Amino acid sequence: MGNCVGATWLPLEDDGVHDPLAPGVRLLQQPAEALGRLTPDSAGNYVRWVEALDKGEIKPREALRSKAAPRFRDDDILLNLKGGMPIVRFPHRAHTLWLDCSNCHDHLFKAVAGANKLSMFAILQGEQCGVCHGAVSFPLTECTRCHSVARSAVNGKPAQAAQGGALVPAAK
Amino acid sequence: MTICRGFRQGANVVALALLVLAIGCFALPAWAEYADVVLNKRAEKEGVRPVVFPHWFHRIRFRCKVCHAELGFKMRVGANDVLMSDIIDGKFCGACHNNEIAWGPERCDLCHTGKPGLPSGIYGGHETGGPGRW
Ligand code: HEC
Ligand code: HEC
Ligand code: HEC
Ligand code: HEC
Ligand code: HEC
Ligand code: HEC
Repeated sequence: MGNCVGATWLPLEDDGVHDPLAPGVRLLQQPAEALGRLTPDSAGNYVRWVEALDKGEIKPREALRSKAAPRFRDDDILLNLKGGMPIVRFPHRAHTLWLDCSNCHDHLFKAVAGANKLSMFAILQGEQCGVCHGAVSFPLTECTRCHSVARSAVNGKPAQAAQGGALVPAAK
Repeated sequence: MTICRGFRQGANVVALALLVLAIGCFALPAWAEYADVVLNKRAEKEGVRPVVFPHWFHRIRFRCKVCHAELGFKMRVGANDVLMSDIIDGKFCGACHNNEIAWGPERCDLCHTGKPGLPSGIYGGHETGGPGRW
């Protein structure tokens, strides 16, 4: 709730979910101790999780026992080429660093650019992007982190309309 | 198709967005760390404190796909029927809390730390009407 009360991590005893009388609470790590060392953000856990990973500040495991190679994808997809807000850039890279394809395809999104009817209403209801954003990943208060591409930057390129509302630049 | 989005609908969505976020600011019961999950389907009925699962702590050590793909935790609060007997058998939390990858199921006090009376859900603010609310 940084937007309401200021960017701090509350001690577990005061956070409203832990019972200060529970004997285990004092054995747990305080969020400030772990998160205060990572690249800061202005909302959510106050950590830029993708940057923290890229910089090697954290090294989360990709698998427990599975020997299958992690699946990865590096393209960006532009969504919402027609609305009033800046265009949404969906980066596969940031997502597949953390997630498997099966976390999104196909039960949340068909794997065809432009094939999904996305809406901010649904997202705010906790569907589509809102399954994770607003729950675990950076919250929906951060409009410009999704609506990040100025319309003027892509206007007038006929390829987007031909692709039914999504533009897929070549992978880096 | 994602084509016909008029400006009026856009304006409504902005108003809705602001409303939802404003409610989020004032009506939240707790100030938990973002993405903390309370699991309390059975715990309190069975006489133990609710369980608090901290996403922040685990995502420093594991990517989402470990739990939500390899181990099969469904991404919806309450969608997983977690029994203590399963945990002891190495399922759910017990896939790691087995005295091998992490300390084991006998450390009741470390998991059962929730405030009595809290319903299952995702806590920590910046909320939408997220899946955990339904
Ligand atoms: C993918 C492996 C994994 C799974 C699944 C897992 N944990 Fe953990 N958990 C860990 C590890 C590793 C630690 C750190 C252990 C240590 O410090 O020695 C940990 C630590 C914890 C802690 C202590 C945090 C602290 O502040 O020290 C709690 C509480 C916890 N887990 C609860 C749970 C609950 C509840 C579940 C199931 C809903 C669960 N965990 C599932 C790996 C896992
Ligand atoms: C997690 C990413 C994400 C965040 C954060 C986000 N949006 Fe959106 N937004 C989207 C997507 C995806 C669409 C649907 C695009 C489409 O129409 O295909 C959308 C559509 C919209 C639309 C309707 C289309 C348009 O451009 O008029 C509005 C208005 C909007 N968002 C406003 C907001 C506002 C205001 C915020 C901040 C409170 C916000 N969004 C935060 C992803 C996001
Ligand atoms: C966080 C959710 C998420 C994850 C994880 C994810 N995707 Fe996607 N994917 C999307 C979205 C959103 C789109 C865009 C759909 C649209 O434009 O309507 C997309 C589009 C695609 C497309 C269509 C691209 C095109 O040019 O038409 C393919 C193919 C695809 N994904 C494959 C994958 C693969 C393979 C993985 C795993 C390595 C993966 N995705 C992981 C959300 C995800
Ligand atoms: C299955 C979960 C999931 C879904 C669904 C999802 N995201 Fe994400 N998203 C993540 C995670 C995890 C990150 C990593 C950063 C974090 O956790 O804050 C992320 C990061 C991002 C980033 C920022 C990358 C960076 O460099 O910081 C953007 C932009 C984004 N998501 C947009 C979207 C949009 C738009 C959608 C819907 C089309 C969407 N996401 C759907 C989980 C998800
Ligand atoms: C150590 C295991 C573990 C890891 C790692 C993990 N989660 Fe979870 N996640 C859980 C558990 C346990 C639940 C609660 C399930 C329940 O209540 O049945 C949960 C619930 C969720 C939910 C549902 C929230 C709601 O509102 O209903 C989402 C979304 C989610 N996780 C996303 C993520 C994302 C994104 C990541 C990576 C940044 C991640 N999780 C990493 C174990 C994990
Ligand atoms: C690794 C974390 C963890 C540890 C350690 C742990 N539990 Fe649990 N326990 C859970 C979770 C998660 C649930 C499911 C909570 C719910 O949804 O109500 C649960 C549920 C329960 C339940 C109610 C459901 C059932 O199966 O009866 C009881 C009783 C219980 N635990 C007792 C204990 C006792 C006693 C210990 C110590 C011997 C213990 N737990 C240790 C995580 C843990």
